[in-house]
Amino acid sequence: MKLVKNAAGRLVPTVVNGVKQVPYKGVAKYKPKGNKYGSPIRSCADYPDDGNKVVKNIREALIKAGLKDGMTISTHHHLRNGDVVTNLLFDTIKSMGIKNIRWFPSASFPVHSHLIKYLEDGTIHHIEGSMNGPLGRFTSLGKMKGTGVLRSHGGRYQAVQDGEVHIDIAVIAAPTADPFGNATGDRGPAACGLLGFALADSQYADRVIVATDNLVPFPCTPWQIQGNNVDYVVEVPTLGDPSKIVSGTTQVTKSPDRLLIAEYIARFLDESGIMKDGFSFQAGAGGTNLAFAVYLKELMKKKGIKARFIRGGSTKYLVEMLEEGLTDYILDGQTFDLEGVRSMRENPNHINTSPFTSYNYHGKGNFASMLDAVVLGATEVDINFNANVVSHSDGYLLHGIGGWQNCLFGKTTILAIPSFRDRIPVIVDEVTTLVGPGELIDVIVTERGIAINPKRKDLLKAVRNSSLPIRPIEEIYEEINQICGGKPAKPKVNKKKVVAIIKWVDGTVIDSVYQVEE
Amino acid sequence: MNKASAGKRDPKVRSDCYIEIEEEKRGGIKIDLKSKVEIMYGESIKKTILEMCEFYGIKHLSVLIEDAGALPMTIQARFELAVKRLHPEIEKEFLPPFNEKNNYGTKKDRLRRSRLYLPGNEPKFYPNAGLHNPDGIILDLEDGVAPSEKDAARLIVRNALRAIDFYGSERMVRINQLPRGLDDLKFVVPHNVHIILIPKCETADDVKQVEEEAKRLKKENRIKREIYFMPIIESALGIVNAYEIASASKNNCALAIGLEDYTADIGTQRTNEGTESFVARSQLVIAAKAAGIQAIDTVFSDVNDMDGLRESVIEAKSLGFEGKGCIHPRQIKVVHEAFAPTEAEIEKAEKIVAAFKEAKKKGLGVVSIGSKMIDAPVVKRAEKVLETVKALNS
Repeated sequence: MKLVKNAAGRLVPTVVNGVKQVPYKGVAKYKPKGNKYGSPIRSCADYPDDGNKVVKNIREALIKAGLKDGMTISTHHHLRNGDVVTNLLFDTIKSMGIKNIRWFPSASFPVHSHLIKYLEDGTIHHIEGSMNGPLGRFTSLGKMKGTGVLRSHGGRYQAVQDGEVHIDIAVIAAPTADPFGNATGDRGPAACGLLGFALADSQYADRVIVATDNLVPFPCTPWQIQGNNVDYVVEVPTLGDPSKIVSGTTQVTKSPDRLLIAEYIARFLDESGIMKDGFSFQAGAGGTNLAFAVYLKELMKKKGIKARFIRGGSTKYLVEMLEEGLTDYILDGQTFDLEGVRSMRENPNHINTSPFTSYNYHGKGNFASMLDAVVLGATEVDINFNANVVSHSDGYLLHGIGGWQNCLFGKTTILAIPSFRDRIPVIVDEVTTLVGPGELIDVIVTERGIAINPKRKDLLKAVRNSSLPIRPIEEIYEEINQICGGKPAKPKVNKKKVVAIIKWVDGTVIDSVYQVEE
Repeated sequence: MNKASAGKRDPKVRSDCYIEIEEEKRGGIKIDLKSKVEIMYGESIKKTILEMCEFYGIKHLSVLIEDAGALPMTIQARFELAVKRLHPEIEKEFLPPFNEKNNYGTKKDRLRRSRLYLPGNEPKFYPNAGLHNPDGIILDLEDGVAPSEKDAARLIVRNALRAIDFYGSERMVRINQLPRGLDDLKFVVPHNVHIILIPKCETADDVKQVEEEAKRLKKENRIKREIYFMPIIESALGIVNAYEIASASKNNCALAIGLEDYTADIGTQRTNEGTESFVARSQLVIAAKAAGIQAIDTVFSDVNDMDGLRESVIEAKSLGFEGKGCIHPRQIKVVHEAFAPTEAEIEKAEKIVAAFKEAKKKGLGVVSIGSKMIDAPVVKRAEKVLETVKALNS
């Protein structure tokens, strides 16, 4: 495998799974020319006039869709760890004797470790999406036949739209659908809120199969997936375990250290002047993030400040802010709890969005870059503010990128991280895997203090008289090395064996993940 | 018996380790390490064990370590304990170096609004405790430690006093009830402690015994720095003897009350209203003030009830208490806020101090605001109010 040095100084392969790659050129440097990919023209002559596209089962749908060895099959992850459809899908593919599938999920979860046996027996050739938990470990040990490709949510839309990834068959699990293929995620026994991650798949795949456990008579309205894009509809007994699809209630962290981090972030937004009437922010569903929203809400109420919009991952905490009039809108990318689902169904100001509207970098702008503040996590951050979300300091892949890279384009990007986990420093000299370039990361908030990127002179100035613990990142780095007993050793990896690549939002390759030597 | 173990063995354990050692006749030092941080710190852990074997003159030993990200001071304390459980005759201590950042002293009358209890055998809570800004941190050798792990807690607390940065918080240790508590002192006094809490204190003699032993250890270890005492009164007899206890040593800095044990001692239940302990608490305040030291209230045990905590602090403040025990870091901020002077108090204090300065400048012997005469204790109280405000804002 030939490796070249990219603009971030990382070695990346020029060809991956037989496909030529463009090395990362820098932020906003790579602008490809040409036209978007177009899906094949279809004729109504080939579809039933009565609109009934229901076929017997997944197997029949796959046969009708022309499933063959080496095809690309896509799925979405709105069912999260409750998903049984993807596992059922690959059980079926296996039983049909099909080999070398490229699985193209929008993300994977621990429930998908069921698929490891299909990676081992050659049913699945490789994964392009995210490799979480056990799948990450499997990949890191070099056991996957092909090379993994990790993309952000926006990068996935971009890759499909630009024709980098051609989806042969999209299988869209839909909590409610009609026989025509109109589908929604906001109702039904497996309600997950929205289906935005499947938008690109429905628009660009050669064949689209909708699988539902709640088939309603036409029309399923309002629809999130348009039936006009759908080839076949399949009824399945269940999409999955509702308690693992959305939580009954999401919980704010109880850890005093994480609460401290959350409080620091809320105060930082206030004292830096970012929190002002009409502002916008994004908060995810991690425990620290939820706590941040709770603290920020208190401050907003105290000062009589109202946001124009909040981007979610929505939870009951954001819903409360919407219902109490602390924000005009929630622009939601995925719903994390039942309150989020309810609000999306009932409240016209709780808007469902997609990776196209929020994240796609090859479009005429997107929502993420308009945010005044974005709060994200990371597994590692280095003293140059470069950050990692996919692997840990032991070298193993563990998480996907999600919308993380796309959110870095917000006006102020804040990473909320503990300075060390158990004995593992989170602020390091150099990240194991580069996922986000430091120039886009503005503030690191830890329980040991807040480090502001020296590039952000405006922020440094804004909080110069604050009582918040603003500190140089190097100082926090030194302190945690002292606590942990010196600089951590680096993992032993095989620098000749790239097991996965990390795509930047524009489709270029920003870094490689190497095989870990056991 | 040629086997011993130390530490914690449970899948839920974090930032700690389990160590098992077995003496061998030959074969050198064999280390079987299973660590969550093996890739990052495996070599470093092995180096520490080899170094300690050399320190203790051990040539042949099988060592099993199950590590869940224990910090170096924890691994050292666990290994030292395993060695000493195998050979109780060994007295040599393997001491981590003093953390230079902990080289700050204390004052007898510093602010002691909040003191955070940390169990003595739970090192995972230590590195971040000071970040929550308690006035004091109590490493607890007494009720917070299982009877079978008292020896373990002594080594953990000793190493923590030396190695952990507490970010300016006063370093306190609660020793065991006497006489066991007297044996605790040698693990505490030479290792950079500020305050020793004497639990279940019932007579002045309890304080004097601690003072004697601390004095002896200070001399033996050439410790110059003052070490203060905070007797905790937890019984009817202690309340009756409160003044003698408070004035038993010039190094007493405060008198504290422990209500769980006190209410049990008088044969009643602790209630939120606190009728059952009202007299005792007032008596303790009076005794402390008569002896010229601080009065410190008990802990508030419902960590989820922040409003209840706030009310309880306001009530304690009104009785004359200057501090409250905390069992969770999130209580600290609430305690500080509730002890903080009100706007009206601050305004008044500022006026008094300004008038005092003005009078001094003019060489006047008498200070007055309007028609009101201001005497020295009033000025002192006003200064204290402003000092508290300053501490709150820093």
